[in-house]
Amino acid sequence: MQQFAQLFQQLDEQRGTKAKVAAMTDYFASTPAADGAWAVYFLSGRRLKRLIGPVQLRQWLAQASGLPLWLVEQTHEHVGDLAETAALLLSDQDRIGRTGNDGLADWVETHILSLRGLKDEQRREQVINAWQSVTADERLIYTKLLTGALRIGVSQTLVERALAKASAQPQPVIAHRLMGHWEPNAEFFQGLFAQRSGQEDASRPFPFFLANPISTDALSTLGAITDWQIEWKWDGIRAQLVRRADATYLWSRGEAMINQQFPEIIDAAEALPADTIIDGEILAWDDNVLPFALLQRRLGRKRIDAKLLRDVPTRLLVYDLLEQDGTDLRSQPLSARREALTNLLDAIDAPLVCSPLVQAQSWSALAKQHAESRDRGVEGLMLKSKTSVYGTGRPRGPWWKWKVSPLTLDVVLVYAQPGHGRRANLYTDYSFAIRDGEALVPIAKAYSGLTDTEIRRLDRWIRRHTIERFGPVRSVEPIQVFELAFEGITPSRRHKSGLALRFPRIARWREDLGPNDADTLEQAQALLS
Amino acid sequence: MTVPLIQPTAHGLYCAAGDFYIDPWRGVPRAVITHAHADHARSGSQCYWAARPGVGLLRHRLGRRARIEALAYGEPQAFGPVTVSLHPAGHVLGSAQVRVEYQGEVWVASGDYKRDFDPTCAAFEPVRCNTFITEATFALPVYRWPSAHAVAEAIDQWWRENAAAGRTSVLFSYALGKAQRLMAALAHDRPGAIYLHGAVAPLTALYRDAGIALPPAARVSDAPRAEDFRQSLIIAPPSAAGSTWMRRFRKPVTGFASGWMQIRGNRRRRGHDRGFVVSDHVDWPGLLQSITDSGASEVLTTHGKADELVRYLTEQGLRARPLATLYGDADDLSEDG
Repeated sequence: MQQFAQLFQQLDEQRGTKAKVAAMTDYFASTPAADGAWAVYFLSGRRLKRLIGPVQLRQWLAQASGLPLWLVEQTHEHVGDLAETAALLLSDQDRIGRTGNDGLADWVETHILSLRGLKDEQRREQVINAWQSVTADERLIYTKLLTGALRIGVSQTLVERALAKASAQPQPVIAHRLMGHWEPNAEFFQGLFAQRSGQEDASRPFPFFLANPISTDALSTLGAITDWQIEWKWDGIRAQLVRRADATYLWSRGEAMINQQFPEIIDAAEALPADTIIDGEILAWDDNVLPFALLQRRLGRKRIDAKLLRDVPTRLLVYDLLEQDGTDLRSQPLSARREALTNLLDAIDAPLVCSPLVQAQSWSALAKQHAESRDRGVEGLMLKSKTSVYGTGRPRGPWWKWKVSPLTLDVVLVYAQPGHGRRANLYTDYSFAIRDGEALVPIAKAYSGLTDTEIRRLDRWIRRHTIERFGPVRSVEPIQVFELAFEGITPSRRHKSGLALRFPRIARWREDLGPNDADTLEQAQALLS
Repeated sequence: MTVPLIQPTAHGLYCAAGDFYIDPWRGVPRAVITHAHADHARSGSQCYWAARPGVGLLRHRLGRRARIEALAYGEPQAFGPVTVSLHPAGHVLGSAQVRVEYQGEVWVASGDYKRDFDPTCAAFEPVRCNTFITEATFALPVYRWPSAHAVAEAIDQWWRENAAAGRTSVLFSYALGKAQRLMAALAHDRPGAIYLHGAVAPLTALYRDAGIALPPAARVSDAPRAEDFRQSLIIAPPSAAGSTWMRRFRKPVTGFASGWMQIRGNRRRRGHDRGFVVSDHVDWPGLLQSITDSGASEVLTTHGKADELVRYLTEQGLRARPLATLYGDADDLSEDG
């Protein structure tokens, strides 16, 4: 595991992408295949299920270190990360034995996954033994694996780039091989390095091609409006549907297979010819698009019963045709793909529907339609160059998303909690409330939107204006007002206000406002659509 | 006895029997100073006593007109019936623990101190006492410093790699003490010149005046016109990070030397390319060792994790309580560490 721990440290310390890619390339080129497979698994954001909870780990840490439990807890709160606490609390000088020479795969399979079958007492013994036999760097990784919280700050694209370099395969081929479901074993890793063959796993989707945001002011740089294919920007689940002769696979952008959640779409796909891949958006829909909150009810379930199917009907609004009759169309211009797509879907009924185009004579005429977005239940417009290929990643130029400005509310900070990782030890997780008569009722939590300087200043303010502490949470004097931006608002039982915001984030710290200037529950309810 | 020999007052730690203060935060008639950092050496007092090696630094802080009495380490000084002597604390040049003896009872106020190797100041000297006043800046068991030698090697290597890549190395560190300690630890075989920020240079000169051997270093502003700094190591205070002053260095690589760098979250939040764990404060094992070495039956704690340390020591069977002071607030990482 030493080699992987070293890679983790390099990725943690290096800020430049070049250096990160170089570190991963070296690692992939030299590591045993079984270890490489697990490394790819973790680097691409996949996780093990949490095996042991923090309460138990802290108790064992107290035993292993000989420190009182409360001190371990205080230290954990100070460090902000349990795995790091374990790494630093135990001394390398007291190391017993030496098992760190085992590779990452051995660690995961023999030392970690095997804990599943054991009783608590045996688990305790194994974990403490493991802690005491490795170095601090390895202890960090090992403990993060136990808690299922190993996160590494590299993007999927960088991992693909490093694998492409190490294997001398084109990056799109690597990207495709990493899509969908695979087992992290030596065979898989060796497969990444193999020459491309006709045998590539047929169930996998292509990497999703993504758009960049554009502002209204920048539209004038896009040239003639006739060069652009314009669609509404829907707020649903982006998905690819892979149709093979014997099966259909529906993939979300998070690379989860979501066949079970959308049986009506899978049924409808039978009408598609074999070896077709389409890209689109799953939406809750009766006569028109329904709020995202309803669609979410479909996602959380393993089994979709008849009632939910009736209550929340869905459709796949199709944007693009990526493969037809087994031929990869991605390098053809969008105009040609669109034509093939309309021909294909012509004969097919809902819930597979071609995404409608928006027609406008000029950018200013389009702006009028853009202004109707919220009434139509969409987030804005998509602008796609008619000559664009279906690429990978999110390059600037071919596709743009022109979103409507968000909704906003002025809210009061009422609770704060320390963040994790880069924000450990700083109060960065905030809860906000709106006014309801004389009272304040919580409406949303938000984590992002402030600059680092503002975060530090607010952290200091929070420490000095704490009313009460509940574990890690502090209630603060309700004085600071923030402008929250969000994409939508729906009824919810989660917050006391009875409302939930979609994608809330801090737009501004309104130091010019006092708590009496904050918005009211009535004003928020008026935004319900 | 009824009144503690040393107790906190509105002006600072006060010894009533000898009528003097230790590191007062307001002007008083008599001030015994542990070291020249701003939160311990404040101006406005009528007369100061300090360890001789640190007098130059103290004068720099307090100004030409301040009245400063220099004491050799170990030299007794009577304040009425009370005998005071200063003993090396190993924190920075001239730093001292204050030993206070009255009617057979001995207290030691250790100020800031560390047990690690530091060629720029006298090493910490354990002093036996009945009551030991200790700092608790890093009083949590995750703070266990790596060896000074290992860190020095890491900094040397970092500089060599940056120089080889043609990039300026900018190392941020506290200007008094840490900067000079880092300079003294650099290898003799260096890839380029050492340059100092304007806040570091005068303090470094005072170290040289006190006879501390340091490698040659010039002010950045005195560099020759042709100097592009790409082989150089620049030592600057943390406040220079992100300032316009930094613009003169092309594609700099930044490092930060502080005890706080022990924690990954701090390293990442700071946004520097590298964090080096170097502290002039005592770490957890050193702290426990020093308490044992003092033989004290009572421990009073200041700064940082004072409450946690008190609880731990109490559970270990010692008498301990926190002492309210206005020294560095450990929650604020801009403080020295």
